[in-house]
Amino acid sequence: MTLSKTSTPVNYGAVPDETGRFGPYGGKYVPETLMPALDELEEAYLNARIDQEFMAELAHLQHTYVGRPTPLTYARRLSEELGGAQIYLKREDLAHSGAHKINNALGQALLMKRKMGKTRIVAETGAGQHGVATATASALLGIECIVYMGTVDMERQKPNVFRMQLLGTEVRAVDSGSQTLKDAINEAIRDWVTNVDTTHYLLGSALGPHPYPAMVRDFQSIIGSEAHSQMQDPAEGGPGRLPDVIVACVGGGSNAIGIFHPFLEEESVRLIGVEAGGHGIEDGAHAARFADPERGRLGVLQGTKSFVLQDGDGQIALTHSISAGLDYASVGPEHAWLRDVGRSEYTYCTDTQTLKGFSALCELEGIIPALESAHAIGYVLELAPQMARDQVILVNLSGRGDKDLGTVMQTIGGAK
Amino acid sequence: MRGVERIEQVFRELKTTGAAAFMPYHAMGYPTRQQSLEVVAALARAGADIVEFGIPHSDPLADGPTIQTATYAALVGGTSVADCLKMARELRDQGVDTPFCAMSYYNPILAFGEERFANAAASAGIDGLIVPDLPPGESELLEPACRAVGLATIYMLAPTSTEERIKSVARHSTGFIYLVSVTGITGAREELPPYLPAFVERVRRHTDLPLAVGFGISTGPQAARVSEIVEGVVVGSALVKAAGADAGVDAVRTLAEELAAGSHRGADG
Repeated sequence: MTLSKTSTPVNYGAVPDETGRFGPYGGKYVPETLMPALDELEEAYLNARIDQEFMAELAHLQHTYVGRPTPLTYARRLSEELGGAQIYLKREDLAHSGAHKINNALGQALLMKRKMGKTRIVAETGAGQHGVATATASALLGIECIVYMGTVDMERQKPNVFRMQLLGTEVRAVDSGSQTLKDAINEAIRDWVTNVDTTHYLLGSALGPHPYPAMVRDFQSIIGSEAHSQMQDPAEGGPGRLPDVIVACVGGGSNAIGIFHPFLEEESVRLIGVEAGGHGIEDGAHAARFADPERGRLGVLQGTKSFVLQDGDGQIALTHSISAGLDYASVGPEHAWLRDVGRSEYTYCTDTQTLKGFSALCELEGIIPALESAHAIGYVLELAPQMARDQVILVNLSGRGDKDLGTVMQTIGGAK
Repeated sequence: MRGVERIEQVFRELKTTGAAAFMPYHAMGYPTRQQSLEVVAALARAGADIVEFGIPHSDPLADGPTIQTATYAALVGGTSVADCLKMARELRDQGVDTPFCAMSYYNPILAFGEERFANAAASAGIDGLIVPDLPPGESELLEPACRAVGLATIYMLAPTSTEERIKSVARHSTGFIYLVSVTGITGAREELPPYLPAFVERVRRHTDLPLAVGFGISTGPQAARVSEIVEGVVVGSALVKAAGADAGVDAVRTLAEELAAGSHRGADG
């Protein structure tokens, strides 16, 4: 079933339904062993949301430990250089541990500690940002933590591997399949199935079986909530109005859904997600689920139904991106649904264009972005000049780029 | 007779003898297409009562390293869903009459088309379907498609399953129910879990369907112990490992005979 733009208003608050569906997407496609754990997680989460003490403790940690609210920065030189729309950056790179991932990691770790009676956390990581965030939250709350990471990703994100180890987390190498994020998730799920009595799976994106997509979205929505008021408040660095466009990179899609969600009812605000274009769609080496009409189709991967890059036989395609965090064959189910109902749009940015965005932000704003976030900037380099000077773009700068220096040095370092 | 009726017949006949069904799994296309056909034929001759016919998937998240490696090799070797069904047909044409339960993950079936898969599987001589990542609540298309062509829909239960989940799985399953012996993934283990009898009893309170236990069983004595409490003994990884060894089909036959003897031991009293 494809939902098209309809005249009746879409009720964005009505998803997911009680079975975890966002229209035809989402659900709980997991082995039976995990079904009770998902039910238990959902119950704990629904309980925590209305528990004022829990929410107050989380808010306190977000403020005193994560450093929230993260600032809004007007990118003056970048805006002038491009000569079009005025560009504002939501600075998730300034959140403690270097990316938006801490919002969800801290939320889930606290949920486990206060509401679930479990003692051990497993997580997957691609770029290492979610792994570092989970290791950080686990250290803070005194929880045993194991992070699974593909060997390819361990090589390209070495500093983050060491960072996790410093934080007391055990990083387990995954050398099955493509040795990237997808395989790390498989291995984390296998660990979870085996140790489900004691272990919580701290999934890092708005993916996986219900209730993860909704719960991760809710923990990340603090990004959009803060931005919503900051944009309208000049004292907070905002232009005193809502943006015309919000741009965010989309791997699983947690930073994007986090900034989009509080703006869903603001119909004047266009929401644009940027997928990893890799070497280009024609080349096949990419992770742009919505942009590849041949291989991006309805499918089920790792517990959720969504758009999945796959071959004709339903085998999951190998993906490529210069950024490990976007290198994934599926996308959060809510993004697929928002696209169907016409609320959000998706485009892609190639590795080459991403590096242009990376350099532009370094040189013009003094900010070294994560390669994931540089996809959003790379797209803005094309979008902003097409817009008027009195228009406004808000970019979710989801993470900082220290972890990517090795990759960038290898790719463009020689050209300098 | 084929489909769920054929599976029911197997359990009915075994019940009169007191034996449990020996239910080996094999990953089709492993080590090669031809060898996998020989393995299934050998399993049937060695005393398999039902064969679990593994259709490989790139992301087998309920499987341990042995089956992961085997199904990955099968995919690299070019094994497709359509070809797996063709292999079932070829085995039927060779006279292999043992019931087959296709075992795969949901995405290959979704990509093939749920109704189309059910029809093609039934035509190929498949009798039932097991999809580990498709619990009853998510099966509203595939289950009726299977029912329409007489395929058994077999769901799994785990030691973690609540009474409510047991009732739901019992309501939706036909042929038999697959009990996962441990909280974990497939793979041979030294010991059977001590809580298995209590788990079986918990399920029995809600169903009269035959129960098969899988995950972790690798030897004749283990099969014999499981056969004392349930109607079916599923063995996967140990046999797949044997199929990949140098002795290949011979190694499978030797182990399968031991496992069949263990599963059938109740028949001797």
